[in-house]
Amino acid sequence: MKSLEELRAIRAKMQGRVGVRAENEKQTRVVVGMATCGIASGARPVLTALSDAVQEQGLSDKINVTQTGCIGLCQYEPIVEVMEPGKEKVTYVKMTPEKALEVLRLHLLGGQVVAKYTLSAAQDKTQ
Amino acid sequence: MYRSHVLVCGGTGCTSSGSQRIIDRLEKEIAAHGLSDEVGVVKTGCFGLCALGPIMIVYPEGTFYSMVQEDDIPEIVAEHLLKGRIVKRLLYEETTKTEKITPLNETNFYKKQHRVALRNCGVINPEDIEEYIGTGGYEALGIVLTEKKPEDVIQILLDSGLRGRGGAGFPTGLKWKFAAANEADQKYVCCNADEGDPGAFMDRSILEGDPHAVLEAMAIAGYAIGASQGYIYVRAEYPIAVKRLEIAIAQAREYGLLGENIFESGFNFDIELRLGAGAFVCGEETALMTSIEGSRGEPRPRPPFPALKGLFQKPTILNNVETFANIPQIIVNGPEWFASMGTENSKGTKVFALGGKINNTGLVEIPMGTTLREIVEEIGGGIPGGKKFKAAQTGGPSGGCIPAEHMDVPIDYDNLKAIGSMMGSGGLIIMDEDTCMVDIAKFFLEFTVDESCGKCTPCRIGTRRMLEILEKITKGQADMEDLERLEELCSHLQTSSLCALGQTAPNPVLSTLRYFRDEYIAHIVDKKCPAGVCKDLLHYKIDPDKCKGCTLCARTCPADAITGSVREVHMINPEKCVKCGACMEKCRFGAIYKE
Repeated sequence: MKSLEELRAIRAKMQGRVGVRAENEKQTRVVVGMATCGIASGARPVLTALSDAVQEQGLSDKINVTQTGCIGLCQYEPIVEVMEPGKEKVTYVKMTPEKALEVLRLHLLGGQVVAKYTLSAAQDKTQ
Repeated sequence: MYRSHVLVCGGTGCTSSGSQRIIDRLEKEIAAHGLSDEVGVVKTGCFGLCALGPIMIVYPEGTFYSMVQEDDIPEIVAEHLLKGRIVKRLLYEETTKTEKITPLNETNFYKKQHRVALRNCGVINPEDIEEYIGTGGYEALGIVLTEKKPEDVIQILLDSGLRGRGGAGFPTGLKWKFAAANEADQKYVCCNADEGDPGAFMDRSILEGDPHAVLEAMAIAGYAIGASQGYIYVRAEYPIAVKRLEIAIAQAREYGLLGENIFESGFNFDIELRLGAGAFVCGEETALMTSIEGSRGEPRPRPPFPALKGLFQKPTILNNVETFANIPQIIVNGPEWFASMGTENSKGTKVFALGGKINNTGLVEIPMGTTLREIVEEIGGGIPGGKKFKAAQTGGPSGGCIPAEHMDVPIDYDNLKAIGSMMGSGGLIIMDEDTCMVDIAKFFLEFTVDESCGKCTPCRIGTRRMLEILEKITKGQADMEDLERLEELCSHLQTSSLCALGQTAPNPVLSTLRYFRDEYIAHIVDKKCPAGVCKDLLHYKIDPDKCKGCTLCARTCPADAITGSVREVHMINPEKCVKCGACMEKCRFGAIYKE
């Protein structure tokens, strides 16, 4: 080890990995539906894309990417729910890895709900 | 990159209940479901709740599974890891009481704990240095070597108020200051990992769960006092700790965190292990150093103190594992942070190994000043079977007992001393109303008789004579003069033994005498053991009014001591009875009692 900078570089690299093991109430929870219906319609790549991106960008102490079972809206899977502390839950439907990353960028980081992917937008369309 | 981490305890407790088999099965099942790239399995150190092992935590959800069996693994993988459905039946019971799953750190066991020395235990993989660095490891060493002078480091420790966690509570900064002040061509840093108190396993868990914290602190100590060589004296009976230390030392060398010119500061430091063969006396500092030197582990008189003439006659500091584990945190967070925890003269936290008659057996770290009542009733989850708390033994064979009347005393070095016990290294054995205090004193004295090294007469012969008197008492053969003689021997041992082993050997006797003298007198005068433990004073009897003559007891008795025919009252022959209690357990009518 030559310098503190070198040490801190290793730390930053590892932050994503050990940060996943932190628990606090201030975290934003991002939940991917991973029941049979979700997996069949492609939830796994969505989950891994989100999880990888959060860790790569060193956000795992702020954003907790986890999975859940079926919430009953199977025709809209893959579903991603975003729960920010003190805010209303936002449900994104028919996700793909690309759309999920867009949500990460615009909503989780930018603070703007991506209206076009939400459940209400999808329901408006079908009516 | 893993989306989910499954942490399985690899401490000694969970290993012995089969956690390695669980890890193997997990990896197999995860691979079978094609999840190997998504889910990582991490073998960690102790989570603390050893009673509920094997323990597993799944992140990012923070799901806490307890008493996991190998056969549960396929369900956990298929349901939870693949589909995100938590396997509720395996959850730690307390977290499932309400509709929403309670976070682990809000359960009674963890709520009042504050983890400093144990902060990485159960969180990181102790065999991966990068995980330690990822939680801020080696930052303190880097700061110290590149930004601080040795005297600054010592000042930080003095300001923090850290006192030795091995038992005696000597201020750590002061110890380092003395050693730093002595000029010598070579100095040494030693770590006392010869944890020997019956029932204590704090140091083992730290070494198993976070070995790098100890290495980092020893390097900091080396810099502060001007030493380039460190030794860890660890028991050979701790094979997992030894193995992880070996891995940790090799990794630290590979990363240039041990060895030459660390952080390009010109500072050199290396650490070697020395394995102890299990002699209790080698936990005494001078005996430990004598043993490292290659001689028979016997203490030597002090002064000279190790800070002046220690290992190989060179200035040496010796600190306990838990003391070291606190130090990197103190450097990174500052002495004020550390001093903000605890009581006026005892700062920070203390780890206790909670054992005996308590529901949550395990490892707890609490701020100094927490009361025994909080530990027993809240963190420990109370006493099994609704029994009454009688006393707690702290400090093992060198310590004493805390009776129920002192349950609300805030635990710190000075308060424990004032009530006739001591902090000790942190073994905390809870005893319920079925415990005989004379028997407990005898138990600890049997231990010291075995472990006395024999170098000095008061300890070698004195402990033996004390034990003989205690045996007389528990057999109902003693008189009040014996009790006087016992107390006299206690004071001789305290004043004339060479080392702390002999000086503190009378403590269990003195403290039980102080709080439970009536029990001693009951044994001596009434020839009765009130708790019904001492077999020689115990008689099993059959109540003729309750006995139905079912013959079950007679058939159960291994010594053929019970006579009687069908539908007639049975009798126990006291000559033949071995007092095993089997008949009492079997009797369906509660007709058998002991007195």
